[in-house]
Amino acid sequence: MSGYYSQIIIITGINILLAMGLNLITGYTGQLSLGHATFMGIGAYTSSLLTKAGLPFYISLLAGVLIASLFGLAIGMPTLRLRGDYLAIATLGFGEIVRTFLNNLSITGGPNGIRAIPLKTDLTTVIILTAVCFYLLYRLQSSRLGKVMRAIGQDEIASEATGVNSSYYKIMAFVIGAGLAGMAGGLYAHYFRYINPANFTFNKSIEILCMVVLGGLGNPFGPVVGGVIISILPEALRNISPVVSQYRMVLYGVILIVMMIIRPQGILGGNGLFINANRKGNFKIFRSVKGAVKNADS
Amino acid sequence: MRILKGSKLTMKFGGLKAVNSVDFHLDNGEILSLIGPNGAGKTTLFNLLTGIYTPTEGNIYMDEKDITGSKPYSIASMGITRTFQNIRLFSDMSVEDNIMMGLHSRIGAPFLGSIIPTPSSIKANRFAKERLDWVLNYLGLYSLRKEKAKNLPYGLQRRLEIGRAIAPEPEVLLLDEPAAGMNPQETNELMGLIHDLRNKGITILLIEHDMKLVMGISDRVMVLNYGEKIADGKPEEVKQNPEVIKAYLG
Amino acid sequence: MFFDQLINSLTLGSTYALIALGYTMVYGILQLINFAHGEIYMTGAFIGLIMVSYFHLPFYIAFIIAMAGSAALGVCVEKIAYKPLRESPRLTLLISAIGMSIFLQNSALIIAGPAARPFSKNIDYSSFTIGSIHISMLQITIIAVSILMMLGLHFLIMRTKIGKAMRATSYDQSAAKLMGIDIDNVISATFALGSALGAAAGVLIGLYFNSVDPMMGAMPGLKGFIAAVVGGIGNIPGAVLGGLLLGGAEVFGTIYLSSYKDAIAFTLLIVILLLKPSGLMGSTVREKV
Ligand SMILES: Nc1ncnc2c1ncn2[C@@H]1O[C@H](COP(=O)(O)OP(=O)(O)OP(=O)(O)O)[C@@H](O)[C@H]1O
Ligand SMILES: [Mg+2]
Repeated sequence: MSGYYSQIIIITGINILLAMGLNLITGYTGQLSLGHATFMGIGAYTSSLLTKAGLPFYISLLAGVLIASLFGLAIGMPTLRLRGDYLAIATLGFGEIVRTFLNNLSITGGPNGIRAIPLKTDLTTVIILTAVCFYLLYRLQSSRLGKVMRAIGQDEIASEATGVNSSYYKIMAFVIGAGLAGMAGGLYAHYFRYINPANFTFNKSIEILCMVVLGGLGNPFGPVVGGVIISILPEALRNISPVVSQYRMVLYGVILIVMMIIRPQGILGGNGLFINANRKGNFKIFRSVKGAVKNADS
Repeated sequence: MRILKGSKLTMKFGGLKAVNSVDFHLDNGEILSLIGPNGAGKTTLFNLLTGIYTPTEGNIYMDEKDITGSKPYSIASMGITRTFQNIRLFSDMSVEDNIMMGLHSRIGAPFLGSIIPTPSSIKANRFAKERLDWVLNYLGLYSLRKEKAKNLPYGLQRRLEIGRAIAPEPEVLLLDEPAAGMNPQETNELMGLIHDLRNKGITILLIEHDMKLVMGISDRVMVLNYGEKIADGKPEEVKQNPEVIKAYLG
Repeated sequence: MFFDQLINSLTLGSTYALIALGYTMVYGILQLINFAHGEIYMTGAFIGLIMVSYFHLPFYIAFIIAMAGSAALGVCVEKIAYKPLRESPRLTLLISAIGMSIFLQNSALIIAGPAARPFSKNIDYSSFTIGSIHISMLQITIIAVSILMMLGLHFLIMRTKIGKAMRATSYDQSAAKLMGIDIDNVISATFALGSALGAAAGVLIGLYFNSVDPMMGAMPGLKGFIAAVVGGIGNIPGAVLGGLLLGGAEVFGTIYLSSYKDAIAFTLLIVILLLKPSGLMGSTVREKV
């Protein structure tokens, strides 16, 4: 496959990983996080520093996932006490604080970032990791645990009244989502081989939010659809105008507003496409694709 | 035997004492009704008992154990479940998933068991399925089990909310105006249901404005007015109580 | 030295306070964080710049036009992005607000380009010294104008009919409606006022640093919000207090931690949210169940 197409597919895979994590946090447990790119950055920096220090790629990738999860835990725990909109700002603030540190610490290379990261990410790795993560997350989301998370997003007080320790599950969502973002960051760093703080800003977090909103908040397939659209979009726009990046951001703004007003459940619908599920036995590992699609959102 | 007790419960919102130094008790196996004019503090008392608010003053005991300040989810796990005055179903989820949520305090939702089958998750699922079918059949919701909660008519939504609350086989069931918005026939069915639940061993605390329902069903009636308890006794006694008559007429 | 920094704190803090007022007023009425407020502040600065540099209008007229223009923009933003969502879940509204902010900021980037522009060539930089304290005319202007605006707002809210309607709406929207208050009007007025104050802050800061650019709203917007939260969101004196506190924390914090300036505000935010989520002057509100 030509480099151009393989690059687009790799970017798409990374974006889907990012969107899947945010979907769990925002689409399921209803916590609006505006710092998702920060977790990606943490994974990217951690794994790059470790590979450059000589560790094998998969070990550093895993370390990136774990450290990002740890940050997810650290930000998830204190901010649990915050209502929705405050949480959004706190996660945004967290992102800014981390960015300030990345820009000032010598180990992260300041604004210059890290260069000459070994090229380790290839098409196969990205496809396999994305598919495996999607499958596992899909299982989780269509299990009782996924329903508990969704219930928390719909009505936290009612779910507590049924015995759900909502804090526990909200943190769990943050930890899993942050871990996935950390993995995406590690893959990103070892593909582009150069990272700096500007790769992981608020704008990137907004882009991830856009993918989830577009695909459908709370729909397990939403991140795939949203991820594909948003990843291919700049390629389509590139033919229209050279100043893609600003037009892209303008478009994201419009997408967010218009989707909220016209179709807040996203293209696939929070539940829309996959109603009338007829699930039997939550835990059979292999199930036909058709069954999977049908069961997706029951 | 006292199953639930509150002593000198007070809840302040700013300057307002929504519940003011109320002594309260609930005996095993009884149906206690809580009545009082609008804004008397009935729902607030429910919220105190279920841990949604922590009382400004006073203590709550379950089976003699002090549970003041416990979180709502742990109170639910202790076997105290409730319905809400403004129905709070998971409206986007199906009828059976709503009832499944009610079973959470019994079976949890472990991380590993959600991704791969483990012996305990298989066992939990079997138990859940049994309970689910029982509740669906008991409440006559079986044929509607795949329907989204929000698509049910109002009366059935109330019924489903009761189903969610009784799914984990609670010891105490708190019902906040379950007959609100129901027609006479539905109200009658509800009365039968409440009776039957009591006969199954569930202790019931009921907030209700429908006096016919209250007087017909309760073992005991407690009256709140402006946050204070003004009467507590047999339905016939309370009906004659001059203070109660005054609170309702004046 | 200490007093110089105190004056700097007051200058910065009073502009934060002006921005914070816009957040707090909208929040008081709609329980919405108007994410686009920082962009309205930026637009105000641009309108001021255009009036002064291209139309050569006297400063105070440019100032008033900037406030009016931003007020109109604020009202439009509300009508387009928030009004259709009034009955929707708050998350929906918040996402729409974020979208609006991104949209305005990047539209400005496309129109004006990323480069910063000087506000004006003939700014009065004269300053004088009292004892050991240096104060510039500009600082006095900023502080004085801010105080004037705040007093004006106080009068408006406490004494005028629309002010009373705003207070009633923020206290209990459905009751206010029953009393015959036109909620749409109140909301528009709130956005207009809040945006005008934001624009005032934008022009003043544009003057102070003699620089205006499309991204200038991002940070002060967030900081104005932080000031509002620190003071207790929905609480007007709280917004002023929060603004001044934040200004002080930044100016004095920067002496020791110059490159971590922006982190100071966010750390303050997170600390306040964890210790006293209702803010310094706000009261705890419990969701009715
Ligand atoms: N979270 C809250 N914040 C402020 N005030 C509250 C809150 N919850 C209840 N109140 C007030 O406390 C008082 C008692 O309310 P409560 O809902 O307990 O009354 P109630 O007896 O259930 O009335 P109703 O029959 O109308 O349901 C009311 O004046 C109400 O406005
Ligand atoms: Mg009530």
